[in-house]
Amino acid sequence: MPKRKKNKGLLSDYRILDLTDHKGIYCGKVLGDLGADVIKIEPPCGDPSRNIGPFYEDIPDPEKSIYWWAYNTSKRGITLNIESADGKEIFKSLAKTADAVVESFSPGYLDRLGLGYAALCELNPDIIVTSISPFGGTGPYKDWKADDLIGWSMAGQAYVTGDDDRPPCQISFPHSYLVADAHAASATLAALYYRETSGEGQHIDVSMQESMLWTTLLLVQFWDMMKINLFRAGSRRSMGTALFRLAFPCKDGHVGFLIAGGQLASISMPPLIKWMAEEGMLGAFEDKKDWEAKDWTEKVDAMALTQEIVDAWEDSLIKFFASKTKAEIYEKAREKGMIIYPVSTTEDLAENAQLKVRDFYVQVKHPELREAITYVGAPYKIAEAPWKISRRAPLIGEHNREIYEGELGLSRDNLRILKETGVI
Amino acid sequence: MAKKRIFEGVKIADFTWLGVGPIAMKFMANMGATVIHIESVTRPDICRVSPPYKDWKPGINRSAFFAVYNDSKYGITLNLRMPQAQKLAKRIINEWADVVADAHLPGIMEKFGLDDESLRKEKPSLIHVATALQGKTGPYSAMPGHGMVGVSLGGITEITGWPDRDPTVPFGALTDFLTFPHMLTALIAALIYRKKTGKGQYIELSQLECSAQFLAPPIMDYMLNGRILGRMGNRCNYAAPHGIYRCKGEGERWCAISVSSDEEWCSFCNVIGNLGWTKESRFVTFVGRKENEDELNAFVEGWTVNFPPEEVMMRMQAAGVPAGLVESGEDLVADPQLNHRGTHVILEHPEIGPHIYHPPPYRFSKTPNVLTMPAPCLGQHNEYVLKEILGMSDDEIADLLVAGALE
Repeated sequence: MPKRKKNKGLLSDYRILDLTDHKGIYCGKVLGDLGADVIKIEPPCGDPSRNIGPFYEDIPDPEKSIYWWAYNTSKRGITLNIESADGKEIFKSLAKTADAVVESFSPGYLDRLGLGYAALCELNPDIIVTSISPFGGTGPYKDWKADDLIGWSMAGQAYVTGDDDRPPCQISFPHSYLVADAHAASATLAALYYRETSGEGQHIDVSMQESMLWTTLLLVQFWDMMKINLFRAGSRRSMGTALFRLAFPCKDGHVGFLIAGGQLASISMPPLIKWMAEEGMLGAFEDKKDWEAKDWTEKVDAMALTQEIVDAWEDSLIKFFASKTKAEIYEKAREKGMIIYPVSTTEDLAENAQLKVRDFYVQVKHPELREAITYVGAPYKIAEAPWKISRRAPLIGEHNREIYEGELGLSRDNLRILKETGVI
Repeated sequence: MAKKRIFEGVKIADFTWLGVGPIAMKFMANMGATVIHIESVTRPDICRVSPPYKDWKPGINRSAFFAVYNDSKYGITLNLRMPQAQKLAKRIINEWADVVADAHLPGIMEKFGLDDESLRKEKPSLIHVATALQGKTGPYSAMPGHGMVGVSLGGITEITGWPDRDPTVPFGALTDFLTFPHMLTALIAALIYRKKTGKGQYIELSQLECSAQFLAPPIMDYMLNGRILGRMGNRCNYAAPHGIYRCKGEGERWCAISVSSDEEWCSFCNVIGNLGWTKESRFVTFVGRKENEDELNAFVEGWTVNFPPEEVMMRMQAAGVPAGLVESGEDLVADPQLNHRGTHVILEHPEIGPHIYHPPPYRFSKTPNVLTMPAPCLGQHNEYVLKEILGMSDDEIADLLVAGALE
């Protein structure tokens, strides 16, 4: 048996084979950063997601994709053409050593190669196979193609996002598959937990469309309960009644705030109105300057507010916020416990004080560049076995020798032949 | 014999509210865990008092917003400001629970005598998983908040919309939904660790830190190249046409189309009948299509407006071109793929009546996800939990009732 490399981490007993492209890229990272031994298996020319920008120093190079780097940490990397006969055999040898395989091919592709869940089970009866696909492995759309925009649209997000006088709009950085991958990671762990209990592995079928639906369930509920289709309205949002603004312009950008009513309004409105009064900018809130929290809870029902009232309040707030910067508003919000937040740019996130205090950003060594690069850090703080980026993303075929020669015991001569025939 | 489920035997005391915690613990329940959701009459979950309500009639048990995040759980009410209720909460944790989940601001659990240190001192095998908008430590952790402003703090609002306009907001409390799968991941990893070592532990999550995972490349682009990501409308660097196009029909009828290779471009041209403009030299290459994207989009929409979006989607997909209907709530309910997958599950709620719930977005081949019961009405299972699960006597329960601890 090949010797397993031991990482210190919550999942250090497990080996995961990662066959995914950009559609499944984040799943293996989640497991790897928790200590699993994740082996990324790329086609001999490298995974096409290495071509996704941005790039380090703006040099378009498959070894310098920041996108690739960000989502392939803590993985080792090998190249393998799994469509070739030799490649299949090598993959099968690896599968015998693995606890789970993660893949994002079209449904049925691995089965046609003879490498699907059923075939792998014959080699390794308790293996887990996690499949991530646009619409899941069953159903009328199972063979359809979808990129981020299609997922965004077919899960309802597009319908409710964007200005009403222009087409529905996306987020300017793809989210849909990353969301599916976050779900795939938790589902893979659930299957590992079950295997620890029962000794049984299984196949997991993850749908990107369904994963994204968990971001838009309110649309389903509004239709189900009230036969209302929520719609897009720029930075305002309807909850079935008046439109409420969620992003307000300020002196140097925008801030996120929602007037709402009831309990939610009672938290922010009394201190906010006090602040407006101090600056002589009460506007439409003149008659509410003495209101306390309970007044907002009892007297203001968001569902009963007319659009005229909401507009008048929001106009006064827009005038007030226009005299302040994001940072000024945020500091006051922190001081007074108001639910007002900056609309952060990527620069703001990089400089965010809370993230700095919590040591969120981490340094990862890139020996080939002779420097350490700052990465986005842990999504969770786990006391017993900390999250850790154990290595930067692999170079193309970086661990071919280590794994093929060192672990599978292939001879140097065979490795050369496999290279020359395009298998690795 | 009924099929086994993954987390059978795992017991969770769920003190969470709003989005992240309730959904994560509901998923655990769907995968077989027993979950007691602990609420209070004195401080109801804001989702309970937010629309949509059945037939527009507000009511503490009538919001589907709350219901779909909390099915398959037992629901009890405790007024944790009262010592008797605190004692009972401790009893649930010490005698029954494997996992405690909370989503309170820092200091609240401590105020109730449920601080992590003493809980796990008394029960070292306990897993405590806690989530908050900005985490439980640090100078901004005490700020109240929710995901609808979390998307702004988290950098998503800024990059949603058109470059010549103010930012729009992505729908809903998006950061909640980026966070809850991470809460599950951390919790399940800790359950595996506990299975192997017998040890519990404390896990803490910040919505801001979870949602930042989804913007890692642009944040690093700023750090490395000094570039601040702006709003791009529906543009994408590696696809053209790439947009959402108006289609035939009343109201908001749109189809998204994305063409990212020469092969897809040829298929796209075939579907639209190789119209004259597709042969113009400026549209033949990808770079040409990017340089003339406004004109390209106008031509594409000139074709799509002649057909309903479903037909555009079907014809494009049949030719291997990624395309999708921009689905409204009504479309989502009717979606043939989602319905085939069993994504919409009708359960009969005592006050709402039959309405739509949803399983987790993945299927296991051997262990079913099961929605065992609709969301609890406020305090619905007080008697069942106290008597049947904790084995308390009628007298003990009566004392708690009289003291007002079960509110």
